[in-house]
Amino acid sequence: MSKEMSQLAAERPDFAAIAAWIPKGATVLDLGCGDGSLLCYLKETRGVRGYGVEINDVDIVSCIANGVNVIQNDLDAGLSDFENDTFDFVILSQTLQATRYTEALIQEMLRVGREGIVSFPNFGYWRTRLDVLLGNMPVSRELPYQWYDTPNVHLCTLHDFEDFCRHASVSITARSVISGGHEVGLLPNLLGSTAVYRFQRGL
Amino acid sequence: MDNSVGIVTAQRAEFDTPLTFRSGAVLPRYELVYETYGKLNADKSNAILICHALSGHHHLAGYYAGELKNIGWWDNMVGSGKPVDTDKFFVVGLNNLGGCHGSTGPSSNNPATGKPYGASFPMITVEDWVASQARLADRLGIQQFAAVIGGSLGGMQALQWSLAYPERVRHVLAIACAPRLTAQNIAFNDVARNAILTDPDFHGGDYYQFGVVPTRGLRLARMLGHITYLSDDVMANKFGRELRTEQYNYGYEVEFEIESYLRYQGDKFAAYFDANTYLLMTKALDYFDPSHDFGGDLNRAFARAQADFLVISFTTDWRFSPQRSREIVRPLLHNRRNVSYAEIASAHGHDSFLMEQAHYFDVVRAYIGKVSKEFSA
Repeated sequence: MSKEMSQLAAERPDFAAIAAWIPKGATVLDLGCGDGSLLCYLKETRGVRGYGVEINDVDIVSCIANGVNVIQNDLDAGLSDFENDTFDFVILSQTLQATRYTEALIQEMLRVGREGIVSFPNFGYWRTRLDVLLGNMPVSRELPYQWYDTPNVHLCTLHDFEDFCRHASVSITARSVISGGHEVGLLPNLLGSTAVYRFQRGL
Repeated sequence: MDNSVGIVTAQRAEFDTPLTFRSGAVLPRYELVYETYGKLNADKSNAILICHALSGHHHLAGYYAGELKNIGWWDNMVGSGKPVDTDKFFVVGLNNLGGCHGSTGPSSNNPATGKPYGASFPMITVEDWVASQARLADRLGIQQFAAVIGGSLGGMQALQWSLAYPERVRHVLAIACAPRLTAQNIAFNDVARNAILTDPDFHGGDYYQFGVVPTRGLRLARMLGHITYLSDDVMANKFGRELRTEQYNYGYEVEFEIESYLRYQGDKFAAYFDANTYLLMTKALDYFDPSHDFGGDLNRAFARAQADFLVISFTTDWRFSPQRSREIVRPLLHNRRNVSYAEIASAHGHDSFLMEQAHYFDVVRAYIGKVSKEFSA
């Protein structure tokens, strides 16, 4: 792994968790791909092929400069440019909480991809709970925004997401919960700061 | 001017191998005028072709000796350190066949008759242009372009390059473009053509012999075109309901600023552009449809393409709206081509592709910068 990628992996522990589920040479669609870091990481570590979708102008330029295929679009407008079953994986990394039509988007992910992967900040993390208990909205590494300028409109806990999947007929096939760069085994909804889920269409 | 390529000279290439057009017509010989900027590298891998739109030509950048104000139409984009960087690339611009800026067209003399081609000049298509451009590339020793770039009708030529010569172009930049015209677009073109065709000075296209020019028709055609190139917002901001006169005159003379502007643009254009070329260009736009031979299926049409693509649209462009650019992106996704798509927020309508705007230029600069890393200088 190149130095740049090692650094990326250190900064974004969910990247390694996502990469671990992706077989070599898979096709992926990364929704809310930012500057294309994850796609670069997956290209280098897993040899994936694919596209990112992003709405932010500055990120579009970064993706292009990074050699990442990027389609400028608003995720809340759906994924109508993509045909059914186009990708092995559709990834929504640290973006779920900022989508408006979250349920529709998850269904769209499973329309264009065979499997979905999401990562999001766990609102059930003990520090987050403590902040709220002490009377303030949490501001942390995972949730760096003040309440009045946050793009995050759909924050949830591990329990919430799993309830949602049951309700939406989405079948979770794997889960990885991370805190401080390490996998959390015990009390994940309390001790995990970041959740990563792998899922597919429910039967 | 900063980073201009400086003084440039137009060149001329003569071709005496007959060119058979898509219509079946044959042009026995023809000339193309072109300009080049920058240096072709040793393995000839750094060439970029820029295709022009309806009223464009070969003079992309720089200026002519003794004509400092005759600056190329894409001088903001093409030059030293500019998004299409002439320090790294060998850039080629040409005047398309059928044009009126020096390449063989309806106003050129037909050697067989000694008179201008006029109405006898064959109906030309985007496919025919690209075939003639490929011959120019052969002449320049360019086997494969690093990129072919075009806006609007120029974008269609860039797309056609990837379909006609998949192995001869590595990157295609299609800007403010569409894969094929809609009925609305054809309708605008038809009104423009009718303005020219019904001008009494048109003489069935052979007006040269009568020493007249269908100025009224060409002027109207351009006025109509101009309306479709600007956005409603730009017109509102630039002209609004401003009057040229103190008050309403209750007559048909120019009163509103927008009327004055359109007439000025129409007159300016009619003074130098050839009406037959205008007719040909609009028909080429109408005819272009890569899916024509594939039952209307763009997915199948683009299956041949091997290039990587950058597709760019502008939010207020309603002549070729962002939706139309996505119609280019979709078949490329279907065929799993490398493609990026940027939708630029811009107030300037279809004309945006000619204007320097930071984000637009950043996108092109980033893409072309990436292309420049694929070969050694």
